[in-house]
Amino acid sequence: MALSVLVLMRERNLFAAVVLFGIYSFLMATVLVALDAVDVAMTEAAVGAGISTVLLLGALLLCKSEEAKPAHRPWLPLTVAISTGALLVYGAFGLPDFSDPQAPIHRHVAPRYMQNEVDVPNVVTAVLASFRGYDTLGETTVVFTAGAGIIALLRRRKKVIVEHEGNP
Amino acid sequence: MLEHFSYIITVFLMMAGLFIVIARGNLIKKMIGLSVFQTSVYLLYIAPGKLLGGTAPILAKQFTTYSNPLPHVLILTAIVVGVATLALGLALAVRIREAYGTIEEDEILTLNHTVEAAEAQHAEARGGS
Repeated sequence: MALSVLVLMRERNLFAAVVLFGIYSFLMATVLVALDAVDVAMTEAAVGAGISTVLLLGALLLCKSEEAKPAHRPWLPLTVAISTGALLVYGAFGLPDFSDPQAPIHRHVAPRYMQNEVDVPNVVTAVLASFRGYDTLGETTVVFTAGAGIIALLRRRKKVIVEHEGNP
Repeated sequence: MLEHFSYIITVFLMMAGLFIVIARGNLIKKMIGLSVFQTSVYLLYIAPGKLLGGTAPILAKQFTTYSNPLPHVLILTAIVVGVATLALGLALAVRIREAYGTIEEDEILTLNHTVEAAEAQHAEARGGS
C-alpha cells in the first residue's frame, strides 16, 4: 500500500494515477477487514474504490489526462511534510499501545453499546441507526449540499455552451 | 516501536497526501492527494478500535471479545462525506477547465496575471486619452 502511494506521488500520467488510487483503495479495504471493520471495508470498496474512481475518470474525460512537468523541485513541500510527519510520530508515541484493552477508547461508551439494547446483532448498525442517528442526518445534509453545488456548477456550464452556439 | 506501528503507517500516508496536495499543481492530482489523506484518517480511527483476538462487532454466542464499534460508525459517515467533497472538487475542476482551458495551477496564475496587466494597460490608455 505504501509502495502504491509512493508511485502515485511520482506518476505524471493522470489515468495511471487514478487506477493506482483505485488499487490503493482496495488495499485499504483489505486492511480494514484485517482490523475487524467489515462494514467500513465494504463501504470503502464500493464507494472509495468504485464511485471515486468513476468520478475521477469522468473528470479526466473532460480534462487533459497528462500532468505538466513541475517548474521547480518540490523541496519546500517535502520539508513541510517530513517535519509535520516527524512531529506527529513523536506525538503518536504518547498514545496507548495497539490493541491495549485498557485504552480509554475501549472503556468509555463501547461496553454499553455491546449490551445489545436494541436487539440488532450487528452492533455497528445498532449504533448507527439508534445511538448516533443525528450523524446520518448531518451526513445527508452534506451530501445534499454537495449535490446542489455540483448541479449549480454544471448547469452554468450548459448555459455557456448554449450562448457559444447562439453567437458563433 | 511495534506497538505504535499502525500510527506510523497512518502518519506516512497522511504526509504523502499532504505532499501531493502542496507540491502538485494539477487540480485532479490535488483531489487524489486529498483522498489519500482522508483514507489515512480512516486508518487513524479504526486501528485503535481493534483488539487482538477479537472479532468484528456482530454479536454471536461463540464470541466474547469484539472490536470497538464506535469508530466504525463514525468512519462510515466520513467515507460518504469524503466522496461528496471529492465530487464537488472535481466539478469545480471541470468548471475551471472550461473557464481557463487548463487545470494546472501555474498556468491559471499566469493567465490571471496576463489579464490583470492587460486591464491595467487598458485603464491607463483610457485615462491618458
